[in-house]
Amino acid sequence: MTENGGALRDQGSRWYDGEAGPLIRPYALTGGRTRPRPSGVHLDLIALVSLHRDASMVHGDFRLGPEHRALVELCRGETQSLAELAAGTDLPVGVVRVLIGDLLERGCVTASRPVPPAQLPDERVLSEVIAGLKAL
Amino acid sequence: MVSEHPDTTDDDTTALALKILVAGGFGVGKTTLVGAVSEIKPLRTEELLSEAGQSVDDTEGVDHKVTTTVAMDFGRITIRSGLSLYLFGTPGQDRFWFLWDELSQGALGAVVLADTRRLEDCFPAVDYFEHRHIPFVVAVNCFTGARAYGAQDVSRALDLDQGTPVVLCDARDRDSGKEVLIRLVEYAGRMHTARLLNSVG
Ligand SMILES: Nc1nc2c(ncn2[C@@H]2O[C@H](COP(=O)(O)OP(=O)(O)OP(=O)(O)O)[C@@H](O)[C@H]2O)c(=O)[nH]1
Ligand SMILES: [Mg+2]
Repeated sequence: MTENGGALRDQGSRWYDGEAGPLIRPYALTGGRTRPRPSGVHLDLIALVSLHRDASMVHGDFRLGPEHRALVELCRGETQSLAELAAGTDLPVGVVRVLIGDLLERGCVTASRPVPPAQLPDERVLSEVIAGLKAL
Repeated sequence: MVSEHPDTTDDDTTALALKILVAGGFGVGKTTLVGAVSEIKPLRTEELLSEAGQSVDDTEGVDHKVTTTVAMDFGRITIRSGLSLYLFGTPGQDRFWFLWDELSQGALGAVVLADTRRLEDCFPAVDYFEHRHIPFVVAVNCFTGARAYGAQDVSRALDLDQGTPVVLCDARDRDSGKEVLIRLVEYAGRMHTARLLNSVG
């Protein structure tokens, strides 16, 4: 039942092509929601999203669509930033933010919060960055 | 002081990502610079500008907001496992400034790219970062035949605060780009330390 949405894409049986323009209104994927559900959580572009142990639940939840699963798959390899997830799924950042919010809410993924401006990384980290850049 | 931890919802990982912005006028070489230093082909994300748009069509109980998108490209440099640098080329046009606010949240610093043939194009970026006390360096992208000015001249012409580094660079060159980033991180470190000392003293 949950596979309906995915089936069309997975089989590559597209009845439209790239030149047809955007077929789906972006926020249609989120059911019209433009804000992530766990309110107060704002995911930065460099928020790092990793899979939680219980990520497999993504498959049992009928409210989650193929895009949610695609995001989970992307995180499976390695921790990904929100920006990378957006690029990887070819979805706008705002949409990915909402979808990741769904996954957070269900405990499928965890995400790092942005560093508050007052707490920029300490000197040790910055020295490490400088050394790393020099060694590139 | 600040009791608000960057409390991560994650348990075991303490991966740290740092954000650097690359700003400057239209066509000054932002994407080129990001591409030159990034270990991945610069990726492109789109941010939806729904808030800026108006019309909300509620007839179906779902709002079909009219959205436009603005593209940002970004690259990544992995320093080590668990520590990476993300570079974001900011959208050039002024009307997207509200996006900068979000982008610059928690940013380590910024590179303002300048072209001496149209130096004024980078004024808005310089203004922006100065006002928000975000550490930045000015990198003069030396397009062929434009290397008529030195760092001093640019610094004076832009009326930069004393200490703001000006670096001559070639945005297409990886080593040159690396040098710009190193100068920025060094400078950001100095600024940060100074600020901490100020808040103590
Ligand atoms: N000769 C020369 N050309 C350059 C240099 N840097 C960039 N270019 C060229 O200038 C053009 C614009 O560079 P981009 O990197 O796309 O500039 P941008 O700032 O990202 O442009 P927008 O995103 O459109 O504002 C490209 O054709 C580059 O190849 C340089 O140092 N020297
Ligand atoms: Mg560009």
